[in-house]
Amino acid sequence: MAVAKNEHELVVTVSPHIRSDVTVNRIMWTVTLSLLPAFVMGVYYFGPRAIYITALCIAGSLFSEWLVEKMTSRELTLGDGSAFLTGLLLGMNMPATIPFYIPLVSSFVAVAITKQLFGGLGYNIFNPALIGRAFALITWPRAMTNWMEPTAAFVGLDAKTTATPLGLLKEEGMHKLLEVFGDKMNLYTQLLIGHRAGSLGEVSAIAIIIGGLFLLYKKYISWHIPVSFLATVAVFAWIFGGKEGFFTGDPIVHLLSGGLMLGAFFMATDYVTCPSIRRGQIVFGIGCGLLTILIRLKAGYPEGVMFAILLMNCFSPLIDRSMKSKVFGARREVKK
Amino acid sequence: MDHEEKISYLQLIKNGIFKENTIFRLVISLCPSIAVTNSVRNGFLLGVAVLFVQSMVNATVALLRKFIHPRIRIPIFMLIISGWVTFVDMIMAAYARAAYKEIGLYIQIIVAFASILARAEMFASKNRVVPAFFDGLGSGLGFLVALVLISFFRELLGKGSVAGIPIVHAKPMLIMILPTGGFLVVGLLMGFFNWIDMRFYGGKGAGGAGGH
Repeated sequence: MAVAKNEHELVVTVSPHIRSDVTVNRIMWTVTLSLLPAFVMGVYYFGPRAIYITALCIAGSLFSEWLVEKMTSRELTLGDGSAFLTGLLLGMNMPATIPFYIPLVSSFVAVAITKQLFGGLGYNIFNPALIGRAFALITWPRAMTNWMEPTAAFVGLDAKTTATPLGLLKEEGMHKLLEVFGDKMNLYTQLLIGHRAGSLGEVSAIAIIIGGLFLLYKKYISWHIPVSFLATVAVFAWIFGGKEGFFTGDPIVHLLSGGLMLGAFFMATDYVTCPSIRRGQIVFGIGCGLLTILIRLKAGYPEGVMFAILLMNCFSPLIDRSMKSKVFGARREVKK
Repeated sequence: MDHEEKISYLQLIKNGIFKENTIFRLVISLCPSIAVTNSVRNGFLLGVAVLFVQSMVNATVALLRKFIHPRIRIPIFMLIISGWVTFVDMIMAAYARAAYKEIGLYIQIIVAFASILARAEMFASKNRVVPAFFDGLGSGLGFLVALVLISFFRELLGKGSVAGIPIVHAKPMLIMILPTGGFLVVGLLMGFFNWIDMRFYGGKGAGGAGGH
């Protein structure tokens, strides 16, 4: 029996015993980094306003976090990057034409009410950035859907407002979309690189996919949610999306437009608000996809990713509980 | 059984407003606190109706408490409550038609308010008429104050006005007059009062199972 050299070597502690160097800090800043390409594309298309709006959102988030933690005398967690990330995501979900008070108010709702009042990081039921956006969309519906044509220029040019591809698809149908973008190939390319109206950070599908693949490579997110989410949307868009009957829809348009990519890679995979069991994550992704398509095709809004993820957030604890694997050797309780 | 002489009537009223406030402390009757509080006028009117029904029901139940068999007391209470609610409903339908059109449904639903039955069961069925009446008065006033407070914030933020008079000329926050805003305001106010209670009076905060 080894004799301990000093008393510190034989301290008995509870788990976890193995610690990795992947901290909350590191994950949050990596996710922030992987959002950069999409953000840069947003700035490229919408000009300096994109920077102002995102900066306001981030400032609002950090301030709200600081304020609530100060008021409730909790530990200050500004450095862990979660509030910064929430602010960045929220900013990337705003249209470029938005008046400046909206980012401030909705970032307060996102961080102070959705996250801090529920107990801080790790205790929130809903994705804070999405609640912030949902709040803004319900409160100021016209300002939040005032989309600007991407101009790809920093100077001159009056901002021209226009409808998003999904809005066009919903209101006018596929032929209008083709009329605006030319032919199908051009439509796909424009959607992929992001030359379209939409929220700041959601326009460029390719930039978001690059960020998402980086996160997958770093193993900070798993493939389960994004793949099941995107696949469900694609399949159901293909089956029900067309006007001429079943199986005539265009899944590629549905995949590349709206906030789907951003939602699937960065919002639905939020550790706190998605199920932690792999099988549950697939159920979660399928649920998100179904609700998204349901809202896009049948409900009043042209885009449904946000509400789909928020609704599935409610089910996360339920999914986790019902899919819990059996403890080895344990027997089911006998009902009397 | 009758032990009402120990506390004064004023204390009964204060108890209803602060210590056992229907919405912020007992956390019951939350349904109307969200449904009708999108304008101060509606909140006030429903509050007054509840105040009246609550006091009268309490008095009636206390008056009849010796004749009510304990085993069937709940149906009897419900009959008494619905009697008084019908009374208020008819009065409002006759003399306040405009308001009745907007909140008439909620006047009828007073029958199902948990707060009314709770006061009848908890207090009126064990006390004499006058204290029961004052208890109802206090509880009703507490409800009225809560409703007016909630609707004040919701109307101010959601429409930029108070009691129909425009005050703020900024763009109003539409969400506040939708049900979502009701939940937000009720929750935040409740948290605020809990904080006051804990900070200054050493309380433990509201505990309630909720109800409609």
